[in-house]
Amino acid sequence: MIADVYIELKEGVTDPEGESTKKALKLLGFENVKNVSTRKVFRIEIDENDRGKAEEEIVQMCEKLLANPVIQKYSIKWIS
Amino acid sequence: MQKGEMQKEEIQESRIQEDIKIAVLRIEGTNCEDETVRAFRELGVFAEAIHLKQLYSDMIRDDEKRRLADYSGIVFPGGFSAGDYVRAGAIFSARVKSVLRKDLEDFIMNDYPILGICNGFQILVELGALPGFDEDRPLAETPEMVLAINNSNRFECRQSLLKHENKGKCIFTKNLGEQIVMFPVAHAEGKVTFPASAEKAYLERLIDNDQMVFRYVNEDGEYAGYPWNPNGSVYNIAGICNVKGNVFGLMPHPERAFFAWNHLDYPRNEIDDYGEGRLIFQSMIDYIRKLK
Repeated sequence: MIADVYIELKEGVTDPEGESTKKALKLLGFENVKNVSTRKVFRIEIDENDRGKAEEEIVQMCEKLLANPVIQKYSIKWIS
Repeated sequence: MQKGEMQKEEIQESRIQEDIKIAVLRIEGTNCEDETVRAFRELGVFAEAIHLKQLYSDMIRDDEKRRLADYSGIVFPGGFSAGDYVRAGAIFSARVKSVLRKDLEDFIMNDYPILGICNGFQILVELGALPGFDEDRPLAETPEMVLAINNSNRFECRQSLLKHENKGKCIFTKNLGEQIVMFPVAHAEGKVTFPASAEKAYLERLIDNDQMVFRYVNEDGEYAGYPWNPNGSVYNIAGICNVKGNVFGLMPHPERAFFAWNHLDYPRNEIDDYGEGRLIFQSMIDYIRKLK
C-alpha cells in the first residue's frame, strides 16, 4: 500500500518559508496571491494489506519521527 | 606545518590526561566535531570524535568499538546531521533513541554532562532531553519544544551577543558571571518555540527552575529584536539547561570563540590567549573533575 503523509504547521504557527515565497511571488507580479503556506509530503510504501493496521503504523511514524507535535500536524492520504 | 607549530602540538598532546574522556558524537553531516575535540584537548583532557555506529554496530572493528559508559562527558556537535532532512536533528535523534535511549538516560541520571551546540541543541530538543523538566525521565516521550525555522527564513551566520542569566544551576557556565559574551551563530532553524498553549507556563518553569542560560541582547545589553535576536526565539532564548543542570543546549558556537584569534576584534582587543567560549568547556571539565 502507498500513502502520502502530509506534515504541516499547526494553525497560528509562523511559516517563514511560506511568507518569503509569497513575497517573491508578489515581486514577480502575481498580485492575486493571498497566502502561501508550506507542507512536506512523504510518500511511504508499506508492506501491509490491512489498511487499518497500515494506518496505525504510519501514525506511529509521524509521532516518532516525521512530525514534531509542538508545531506540526499530520494527515494521511492513501494512494493505493 | 611549521616546526614551531609541530612542537606546540606535541607538547599539547603530551599533557593530555586521560582521566577524563569526552565523546563528540558524529554521524554523516556533522561538521563541528574537530573544533570541539580541539577545544577539549587544548584544555588538557582526552576527547575524540566517534561515529554513533561505534557504540552499537557489530560491523565495527574491535579496536574501534566504544561504550558510552567509558566517557564522562558527551557533546553533540554542530553541523547538518543527516542533511537536516525531516527536521534539523530529527534523524540523528531517532537513531540515538533507537539504540542508546537507556544508556543516555542512565548517563544523565548519573549526573554526567551532555552539551549540544547548534545542531546538537536541535538533537537534544528532538530527543526530549531539553527542556528536560522531569528529573526522573530525562528523555521525554515526545519533544516538548522545537527549534523552528528562523523568522527571517534565512541562514543567519554572524556574531551574536548573549547575556548569561543562569544563577548557578547550569554546570557549563559556572565560570561565567553576570556577563555578556559574543559567540557566533550559524543556523537556519534556531527559533525556540514552545507549544502555543503552554508557552507562558514553560517560560515560568524555566525561570523558576533556573534553567534559563543565555538570552540574545543588543550592544547595550538590552533584549532586542532582529537582528540581535537572529531567529525570533521566544523570550530571546539562545540556550537552556535541563532541570538538573547537566544537559545544556545552545544555538551559538562557543567552540568558534575558543581562541583569542577567533574574536572579531583580534588582535586589537587581545587580553588573553583564549576567547570566552573556553569558559563553557572549562566549566564542563571542572564539573567532571568534581564528579570523580
